[in-house]
Amino acid sequence: MNNTQFQINLELIPTTFDAIHAYLAATVFGLALTVIILLFMLLIGAMRKTKQPEQKIADNSEQAISTKIPKREPEVKIVEKIVEVEKIVEVEKIVQQPAPEPIILKEATPDAALQLLSLLQTEARFIDFIKEDINAYNDADIGAAARVVHTGCNKAINEHFTLTTVRSEQEGSKVTLPEGFNAAEIRLTGNIVGKAPFTGTLVHKGWLIKNIKLPKLTQGHNANIIAAAEVEL
Amino acid sequence: MKGLFNSTQSSENTNDEHSESVTETDNSTEPTPPEPDTSSSEFIQSPTPQNENTGTHFSIGIDLGTTHCVLSYVDISDLEADEREQHVLQIPQLTAPGTIEDKDQLPSFLYQAHEAEINEGDTALPWTSQPDFLVGEIARNLGSKTPIRLVSSAKSWLCHAGVDCKSAILPTESPEEVERVSPYQASVAYLQHLCDAWNQQHPNTPIREQEITITVPASFDPAARELTAEAARAVGLSNATLLEEPQAALYSWIEKSDGDWRNHANVGDIILVIDVGGGTTDLSLIAVTEESGNLSLTRIAVGDHILLGGDNMDLALAYTLKAKLEKDSKRLEPWQIQALTHACRDAKEKILSDNDADNIPIVVPNRGSSLIGGTLRTELTRDEVNSVLIQGFLPDIASSEHPVTRARSGLRSTGLPYAQDAGITRHLAAFLTRQLNAVDDLAGISLPENASFIHPTAVLFNGGVLKASHFSERIMNVLNSWLSTEQAPEARLLSGLDLDLAVARGAAYYGFVRKGKGVRIKGGTAASYYVGVESAMPAVPGMPPELQALCIAPFGMEEGSETDMLDDEFGLVVGEPVRFRFFGSKIRREDTVGTRLDYWTDEELEELDEIEITLAEDGRKAGEVIPVYLCASITEVGTLELQAVSTKDEGQWKIEFDVRAGDED
Repeated sequence: MNNTQFQINLELIPTTFDAIHAYLAATVFGLALTVIILLFMLLIGAMRKTKQPEQKIADNSEQAISTKIPKREPEVKIVEKIVEVEKIVEVEKIVQQPAPEPIILKEATPDAALQLLSLLQTEARFIDFIKEDINAYNDADIGAAARVVHTGCNKAINEHFTLTTVRSEQEGSKVTLPEGFNAAEIRLTGNIVGKAPFTGTLVHKGWLIKNIKLPKLTQGHNANIIAAAEVEL
Repeated sequence: MKGLFNSTQSSENTNDEHSESVTETDNSTEPTPPEPDTSSSEFIQSPTPQNENTGTHFSIGIDLGTTHCVLSYVDISDLEADEREQHVLQIPQLTAPGTIEDKDQLPSFLYQAHEAEINEGDTALPWTSQPDFLVGEIARNLGSKTPIRLVSSAKSWLCHAGVDCKSAILPTESPEEVERVSPYQASVAYLQHLCDAWNQQHPNTPIREQEITITVPASFDPAARELTAEAARAVGLSNATLLEEPQAALYSWIEKSDGDWRNHANVGDIILVIDVGGGTTDLSLIAVTEESGNLSLTRIAVGDHILLGGDNMDLALAYTLKAKLEKDSKRLEPWQIQALTHACRDAKEKILSDNDADNIPIVVPNRGSSLIGGTLRTELTRDEVNSVLIQGFLPDIASSEHPVTRARSGLRSTGLPYAQDAGITRHLAAFLTRQLNAVDDLAGISLPENASFIHPTAVLFNGGVLKASHFSERIMNVLNSWLSTEQAPEARLLSGLDLDLAVARGAAYYGFVRKGKGVRIKGGTAASYYVGVESAMPAVPGMPPELQALCIAPFGMEEGSETDMLDDEFGLVVGEPVRFRFFGSKIRREDTVGTRLDYWTDEELEELDEIEITLAEDGRKAGEVIPVYLCASITEVGTLELQAVSTKDEGQWKIEFDVRAGDED
C-alpha cells in the first residue's frame, strides 16, 4: 500500500543524533584511510628498496607505523574530528618491530553497544523512533515524539557519560595551536601550510567523554534483548 | 570501541593515558589497560573495593528516607586532621532484571516479584546471587507498572498508630496471593542492602565496626524510633545511634560552612528547619544560645508527622492536566496518569527554577512500539503551576490560619493517614503558634509581648522539593509577612545545603561530633510522655472511669538519662499482659515525673499506641500481684525505654511499645 519505504528518502537521514552516526562514519573513514596509507607506504617502501637497499631501518619503522595505526581504534575518547595520521609520524622514536603482523583490529564487545541501545530505548524510546515510518505523520506529531526522544536521550547520556568539549573557546573565535598539539583532538582543515603554531578559526568545539558509567550485567543476562515485549494481564 | 564501553575504572585509565600522551609515539610504550573479562562474573563486581587499612575508622550516616536512602561517610580515624572529606556511597542496585547500576540514592521501594516474572539469576547483586527482596530502582521501576506488588512508604507506616508494624501488611491493597511484608521488614531490607553495599566496597572495614548514625523524622514517636533501632540491630548495627533529620540538616550546614557558620548564626537566633521530602514534611526549631562564651545549639521543638510532600504535588499537577485533557474528551488510562505524574515532576522543576520557561510541553507516548502515533500531548503552564502548587500547597495566609481537619470517612484503617490539608504554610503556622512558649526556659531569647507565634530569625531548608527557588522564596515571603505584621525582623535564609544528600552528610558529621569535636545540638526528647491511669473514684454506672495522665518522662530528657517514679505504685498481675494507654505532648514542657493531669485538650496531649507489660512467671506464682513503679530512660541509641521495677525485690520488666494491636478495627 505504501511503497515509500522502498525509496531512498533523504529526509530519513537523521539530523539530530549525529554523535553515533558521526562516530560510525569516522570509524569507516579511519579504516579506509588506514588501508590507503598502508598501501601507499608499501608502495613507497618497495620503490625505495629498489633504489637504496641500505635504508632498511627507515623502511621497517615506517611499516611499524602502519601496524600501529589500527591501535588507535580502541581509544576511549570520542573525538568529533578525524585523525590526520600523516601529521604524527616521528620516525626516530619508533621502536623497532619484527616483520609486520597482519592488521590487528580489535573486536568491540557487542554487550556495551547493546547496553547503550537498551538505555536509549528505555529512557528515550530510541529504537521505536528510528524504526517508525515518519513519513506518515505531520511535523507536529513528529515534534511531540522528538521531545520524548530528546529528553530521554539527554537523561541517558548525562547519567552515563561525562561529556566535555575538546576546546572551551567559543565557536567562531580565533585559536592558536602550539607545536605538538594533539592531532587526535584537533583536526586541521583548509589551508594547511607552514609549521606550528597554527592560528585558525574554531569551527566545532569537539566532544570528549571524560567518564563512563555503564550498568553492569548479571551473568547469563541476554543483552540482545534491548527491550522486552510487554504483556499486560 | 571496546575501551569506550569498559568499566568506569578502565575508562579512567585510558583518560589518564590520553592526557599524558601528547605525542603519538608515547602510546607505544604505555601499557594498555587490562582487558575486562567479558564472560566471567567480573562484570558485576561493581565499584572497586577500597583497600583501607583495618585501622581506618569511619563515621557513617544513613538517611533512611521515605522515598530514598542515602549513605554518607567520613574518615574519623584521625580526629585532629584538618581536611575531612565527605563521601557518598555509590550503591550498586538492580535497575532492571539483570542490570546493575551504581547510584547515590537507593529508592526505598520493595517489590514482591511473581516467580514467573524474572528469570533465575537476573536478580544477582555483587554480593549475593539471590537477594531476599528486590529493593531500589528495580522495585520502583517494576512497581510503577505493577503497583499491586509494590511496597512503598514503609517508613510512614512505622509511625502510623493502630497498626502492628511487625505484621505483614504491605502492600495493603493487593490480592491475597501476593506475599506481604511488614513495614519493619521493609526497613530491614533497605538497611541490609546498604550494609552489603558498604561491606563489598570496604572489605577491610566492615560496617558493624564503624560509627553509625541513622536519621529518623523529628516527629517519630517512641515506638517508631524503637522499631528503627531494632531494624538496625537486625542487620548487625547494634551500635547505631538515631538522629533527627532536621538536626542532621543543620549539622550538614555547619559542616559545609567549614567553621564559618558562627558568622551566620547569632546568639538569640531561632532557626526554623523546614524539611519537605518526597512524602513527608518535618519541622523543627533550634535556638542559638551562649554557653561560657561559645555558641550553643538547642533543639527546642519539633512538629507533627505530616504526610505531605513532593509526591502529592506531582499528583496534583497530573490531575490538573488530566482534567484539561478530559475537557477535550480524551479518556486517560491509569498508566497514562502515571506517566503524566512522572512528566509533571520534571516539568514542575523546570518551571519553578527557570523564570523563562512559561509553558512546558508534556508528552505521554504510546505504550506500544509506535512512538509517534497515539502520543498524548498537552502542556503545563506557569499559571497552572502557580495556582495548583503555589496557591494550593503554599497559600499566602495569615499566621492565625491553621489546617482544616474534617472527620475521616472510613479511610483510616486501610491507608496511611495522609495530611488532609495540603497547605504546608497552614501546617507551619499551626506549628509556630503551638510552640509560642518554646523559648521560655532559655536565657537570652525572649519574644515580644504581643507575639502570637514564635518568631524564627533564620530558616534552613531541606528536602528535594525546596530545590525549586520559587517554592523556597514563597515560603520565605509568607513567613516574613507574618513576622512583619508583628513588627518582628525578617527571617533570613541559611543557604548552602545539598538538599538531596544533606541529611546523610549531616548524620556522618554527627559521628564526628559525638567524638567531642565541633558543636553538638542539645535537646533531648522533644515531647513529654504520659501513661493513662484510672482515677480512684467511685464508679458511676454507665460511665467509663475518669482517666488521668501520669507523666513518666519529662520534656528534654537527654540521652543516657533516667527518671524514677517512686511515688506511684501499680499492682501488676504476674503472667497477664497489662496495657496502658500512652500519651505524648510536644508542648507541655513544665511537667515533671509524677505530674497527674485530670484534664487536657486534644491539642496538648496526643494519644499514641498502647504500651504493654507482661510480667514473666519465672519464679513467681501466676496470678500474684506485684507492686511496681515505672522508670523511664533514654538509651544511648536515642530511644525511650520504659521499665517496670518491683518495689519489693530486684525484678525488672521491659515495657514494650510496639504492641500496636490494631484491635480497634
